Amino acid sequence: MIKAILIFNNHGKPRLSKFYEHYSEDTEQQIIRETFHLVSKRDENVCNFLEGGMLIGGSDYKLIYRHYATLYFVFCVDSSESELGILDLIQVFVETLDKCFENVCELDLIFHVDKVHNILAEMVMGGMVLETNMNEIIMQVDAQNKMEKSETFIFQSTRQDR
Amino acid sequence: MSPSIPLQEMIRAIRSARTQCEERGVIQRECAAIRAQFRQADNGARSHNLAKLLYVHMLGYPAHFGQMECVRMIASPRYSEKRVGYLGAMMLLDEKQDASLLITNSIKNDLSHSNQYVQSLALCTLACMGSAEMCRDLAPEIDRLLRASNSYIKKKAALCAVHIVRKVHELGELFAPAARSLLTEKNHGVLHGAVVLITELCERNPEALERFRKTVPDLVQIMKGLVISGYSPEHDVAGISDPFLQVRILRLLRILGRHSETASDAMNDLLAQVATNTDSTKTVGNAVLYETVLTVLDIKSESGLRVLAVNILGRFLLNNDRNIRYIAMMSLQKIVGTDHNAVQRHRGTIVDCLKDHDASVKRRALELSLALVSASNIRSMMKELLLFLSSCPPELRAQTASGIFNAAERYAPSQRWHIDTILHVLTTAGGDVRDETVPNLIQLITNTSELHCYTVHKLYRALLTDISQQPLVQVACWCIGEYGDLLLKGECQETEPAQVTEDDVLDSLETVLQSHMSAPATRGFALTATMKLSTRITDNVDRIRSIVSIYGSCIDVELQQRAVEYNALFKKYDHMRAAVLERMPVIEKNSLGQTNGESAVEAIKAVQPATVKQGEPPLPLQPANQVCDLLDLLGGSEEPLQPSSVQSGTASGLPINNSSTAGGDLLDLLGGFEPTPAAPAPAVTVYEKDGVNLTLLCEKHSDSGLTVTLTASNSNDSDISSFTLQAAVPKSVQLHMKAPSGDFLPARGAAKVTQMVVLNNPNKVNLKMRVRISYTSQGSACQDTVQIDSFPGL
Repeated sequence: MIKAILIFNNHGKPRLSKFYEHYSEDTEQQIIRETFHLVSKRDENVCNFLEGGMLIGGSDYKLIYRHYATLYFVFCVDSSESELGILDLIQVFVETLDKCFENVCELDLIFHVDKVHNILAEMVMGGMVLETNMNEIIMQVDAQNKMEKSETFIFQSTRQDR
Repeated sequence: MSPSIPLQEMIRAIRSARTQCEERGVIQRECAAIRAQFRQADNGARSHNLAKLLYVHMLGYPAHFGQMECVRMIASPRYSEKRVGYLGAMMLLDEKQDASLLITNSIKNDLSHSNQYVQSLALCTLACMGSAEMCRDLAPEIDRLLRASNSYIKKKAALCAVHIVRKVHELGELFAPAARSLLTEKNHGVLHGAVVLITELCERNPEALERFRKTVPDLVQIMKGLVISGYSPEHDVAGISDPFLQVRILRLLRILGRHSETASDAMNDLLAQVATNTDSTKTVGNAVLYETVLTVLDIKSESGLRVLAVNILGRFLLNNDRNIRYIAMMSLQKIVGTDHNAVQRHRGTIVDCLKDHDASVKRRALELSLALVSASNIRSMMKELLLFLSSCPPELRAQTASGIFNAAERYAPSQRWHIDTILHVLTTAGGDVRDETVPNLIQLITNTSELHCYTVHKLYRALLTDISQQPLVQVACWCIGEYGDLLLKGECQETEPAQVTEDDVLDSLETVLQSHMSAPATRGFALTATMKLSTRITDNVDRIRSIVSIYGSCIDVELQQRAVEYNALFKKYDHMRAAVLERMPVIEKNSLGQTNGESAVEAIKAVQPATVKQGEPPLPLQPANQVCDLLDLLGGSEEPLQPSSVQSGTASGLPINNSSTAGGDLLDLLGGFEPTPAAPAPAVTVYEKDGVNLTLLCEKHSDSGLTVTLTASNSNDSDISSFTLQAAVPKSVQLHMKAPSGDFLPARGAAKVTQMVVLNNPNKVNLKMRVRISYTSQGSACQDTVQIDSFPGL
């Protein structure tokens, strides 16, 4: 089971934080800070697995992370997930973001947080991997966006009347 | 116009804030505006406001006032609002909030919505934060969706079912048939969800496991299709067909094949095929191979397959990619118990990994190395481990130290090597060792009597170099106290003797006493050691006397108490000093919790407190009972942290709790001052010798408490004086001896002496008591011991 998915930049500012178990807001921020602290210490050519975070749960959990340019993608998982599989999942996630946003960069994630959440919701649900086929994910996300746009179009036109 | 421009404006505003304070200001203004807007009736921008709130929440600011808004948005008919509402519910609500109950109905309605995306929103939210009640209510809906809907919904419903099963275990039964039928689907997403669901059901419920074993042929079929089939572009990841699904199926096969011959047989061919055909140049291939290896090693596979699997792991270990090496070590850890020899072959590589600069790899290598230590390789492994200890990252030191100790204890080739190793660890990583190390080491040292000289020399030298490592200093002080005469003798077989004078030794102990680096416990050790030396050295006894009397007014209560007692030993009880301070006997190794009242009795030299304390200057004793302490010698050496019995309250027989794993039971004997009336009653004679007669009477006064009255009488023709009784009981029993009625037994039974003993036996262990009788008769001191095994009236 995936306990949390975090994306933060090289200075530790969170760009996306999704927790699949409930924590209070303070604990969530502490977890983000602690994870950033652990991950930023790592060298470039060491392995992508980290153990030893105190808050996020104890001996069964490890952090699997990947560093892309200015962003760290961190998945906190327990032993029931295959570590190499999660590494691949991060890759698929980033590639999907790339396709959806056209050459995604950090600014895209900053200004379209809700879209990123929607994409993530198509891939991981309730802490479990849902769909790993990039095309399938993109298809569903596009369909949902289209539906939303058709609604708001009507809404926007009424709003302009006020 | 894109719908989230207001969100973007806010984000821009937040980002342009230059300081934390400015950012807080911006966010507070925005939150106030959002709150105002929430209170208004339906306006068009609700979803934007909630989106803004969620962004603010991600940055860490409080957003709980949005919870009710989420509930309202979920109930709205508009998709855009529902979407944000559900997202908000997942982020802000959890099962502990009351608001979460309110969305149960909305979810229920949305699960039967005509639009599949609305259904999927509901499923997603339920899987994320559904509470047990919600799950129970909605489980039938999910089951329906599992059977009859399109594949998009089916796969989501499958994972939602997994969450439900996790929350409410009994509902697993409900989903089992649906799960079975899902295996026939073609869509990979649905298959994936089905496999996860079956895995969850099998892990929770052994009967489900039995039933699902029948699906092994189907799973094998599916896997074969994935492995052998040609290139299928939609599921391909770097040349492997849907590796995620393959990995999941392999994991399920592992669970099904464990402990089952038939299931394992059915999988053997497949596993062999996967192991040989998978391309291991890419990470995905390695992921599948890794899973295969784990499965092969876990089920009852044939030996050829096992060899293949271990070889694959060996290849992984030599891979350049650190990730692969890490993974390989993790899986070797899992099999080191069962296939020990196979893993031993790779010991060299593993030990090399200890020197890798990746902290994760180091950690894995450490655990694996500790598991691989055996009698044959102990010397070389220990060399490597000690080297590692001196350069390892601080978070691993405690683990390394305790691992080294365990290994040394089990496989030490010689005592001297063992002591050397422990000393080495103490000098390198003294601050990180556990508390029991000190008593364990002391016990080890006392047991190797031939090495006392060697040990004390080594420790003395270590003490001269560095007194900052507390465990080392404690052990060194204790040894110098015990074996100081060997140090001063100036001859030693095992190592070069040091030319030490008495002054040097006392100097070093005093340095420890005065150093600000010494912990209070350590100073206690040093003081006791100084005291012990008073019987082992000849010239500087006065110096010791002065040291001891100085500390009689020390601020530290523990030190002061000790000093005062030692002073008393010098003054009033000088005749006893030699006996009290003589060499410690060999301590028997005792595991925690074992009671061993009898064995330690000989070791106890207790000073009869009766009249001493009244004359002494005010002591830091509890006022209440004017309890007299006895020199608790065993306590002083073995558990420096435990204050001697006085401080722990009135009753002495308090079992010494934590640190004395080594060393038998410690009995604190105590006499109080309140005179108790003699209890006349029919009693059992427990001792009769030389005219001294001791009888025993028991009274139970509570469920675990019992009062024992010992009555002594003297039928000799001469009087008996200084008659004292001391009692010892098993460790878990608490003992409180009240004051004896006196200590003079006149001749021919003219009067009796009574002593009451209150026992508390909470663990209801077999009650035994050993009583030591000492008295002076006709000018000579006599002593005897009697063991009482049965207590009449119990």
